Amino acid sequence: MTVTETRSPSAQVRDPGGRARRRAGWTRGVRLTLLIAFLVVFLIPVYVLLVTSFKPLTEADPGRAWALPEVWTLQPWRVAWEKLAPGIWNSVLLAVPGALISAVLGSMNGYVLSKWRFPGADVLFTLFLFGMFIPYQGVMIPLVQLLVKFNEITQDLTGVPGVFYGAIPGLLLTHVVYGIPICTLIFRNYYVTIPDELIEASRVDGAGMLRTYWSVVLPVSGPAFAVVIIWQFTSMWNDFLFAVFLTGPQSWPTTVMLNNIAGAQTVPYSQQMAAALLASIPTMVIYVLLGRFFMRGLMAGALKG
Amino acid sequence: MTRVRRWLPGLLLVTPSIIAIAVFVYGMLGWNFRLAMTDKHDEVSEGSFVGLENFVSLWDQKRWGISVNHAIVFTVVFVAGALVLGWLLAFLMEKGIRGEGTFRTIYLFPMAISFVATGVVWRWLMNSGQDERAVGLNRLFDSLGLDFLQWEWFRNPDWGMAAMAIPAIWQMSGYVMALFLAGFRGVPEDLREAARVDGCTEWQVYRHIVLPLLRPVTLSALIILGHISLKVFDLIMAVSGKQIITDVPAVFMWVAVFDSHDPAKGATIASYIVLAVSLFVIPYLVWTLRKERRP
Repeated sequence: MTVTETRSPSAQVRDPGGRARRRAGWTRGVRLTLLIAFLVVFLIPVYVLLVTSFKPLTEADPGRAWALPEVWTLQPWRVAWEKLAPGIWNSVLLAVPGALISAVLGSMNGYVLSKWRFPGADVLFTLFLFGMFIPYQGVMIPLVQLLVKFNEITQDLTGVPGVFYGAIPGLLLTHVVYGIPICTLIFRNYYVTIPDELIEASRVDGAGMLRTYWSVVLPVSGPAFAVVIIWQFTSMWNDFLFAVFLTGPQSWPTTVMLNNIAGAQTVPYSQQMAAALLASIPTMVIYVLLGRFFMRGLMAGALKG
Repeated sequence: MTRVRRWLPGLLLVTPSIIAIAVFVYGMLGWNFRLAMTDKHDEVSEGSFVGLENFVSLWDQKRWGISVNHAIVFTVVFVAGALVLGWLLAFLMEKGIRGEGTFRTIYLFPMAISFVATGVVWRWLMNSGQDERAVGLNRLFDSLGLDFLQWEWFRNPDWGMAAMAIPAIWQMSGYVMALFLAGFRGVPEDLREAARVDGCTEWQVYRHIVLPLLRPVTLSALIILGHISLKVFDLIMAVSGKQIITDVPAVFMWVAVFDSHDPAKGATIASYIVLAVSLFVIPYLVWTLRKERRP
């Protein structure tokens, strides 16, 4: 986060006239101007979303969309909340437990693959990683069939119909399973930094694998848990493909509901944009408050870089 | 025996994940390929084995050719655009600049939001109405006197997919910036200093020291952007919906499954997407595995 201004004095040493310094000042000005210009461009969609979402129906007219509202109103937000609330609740039911389960699984895998390795662990890890890159379209159709099978099995056993396909538990299972690769990767890369001597010492003291995990590895895992939970929460919250294939109207998460609202010609701009903002609040809050951990999740996705 | 006792507990702990990955990743991929090789063209029939027939006959369909073309245009524009813009932003910030934290935060924030949410505003920004009917960006250009910049955006039959890449670049270039920034900062300062002492100009330092060291980062970024690009779905659905004009394989697959109710065809399209992604992800994974094994 800290900024290092002009690094090396050597340029000035070889150029006593101070020309280099003036040039450095000039290039810094150019850099700053360009960065600010890009900043403005990046924020254009946000500006439009925000100003439109506070406009009354009469002002939500494309001709005036760049202007600030003449009358500010919360009406579009209220309507958006009414329409979106069930989806938001479904998304919470999905993303909160989903992220926690993902973190626990990833932690166990990462621990074994970095500190309690078995023959072929490298190859297995690479086979896991491929799961991170597969296009989910390639598993979609069989996945639906498998979850339908699961529905039949659970109905026979418990009498409750439709537990998996068309419901939140099925979507949750899907996200957790396809999240295994990235979660394992993040934890493995984190645990590699724990000195092997620590694990060896624990072994010498007679601790088994689980004991070592519980009392040596887990206590220092906080940051990795934060990264994985935030990362998984965000991807489950934002996912659309799995949700649209695997859920029914009762279990639609936010993205599917938003897509239905936004796709309807009859819904005024201001309500669509308020709904879009509303749907983004949880992930935005996480990003602003815990951006550091979000970033680390991102970088983990880049493998070794 | 003692050696087995040493690693067996670890293997057991990972076993649930191994089973899950084996079934859900490899099992499902295999199942999908098998389905693609049957003639199950409706939801009730059993479907018998027909080999690669579906893979061949897909190319007879005009829509498939269009969607493949679109995917290629989109991939080229998106990958090149995000790489160049991300690199440029990192380059501008590389030596440290006041307010760097703020810049980074804002360039990266689009990644935290779903395309379903931003699609609402991008659809409006890239509206094709012009002049007096102009809205969105065309309206902005019109009122700024930059009329010549107005165009049909994603409704343009030839270059529409290039326009569709703009929101994707908006979302991903901050990520590329972060990757490159980490890459730039990973170049040891004494290496640069040594080059300067040897009489290199700042430009030569970049050309011969910094840029070659950024190659692995560039490769990672390329793989990540490329695989995202080939399976792009949310963005298209959110901005234009299921229209031929912006059709890509992932959207075509959706149509085959939900509108035409043709599982074999959907599975065939899905298989092609998997093959396209595997073509460069597998070599990359093998390469990283090899690199890892070398100490």
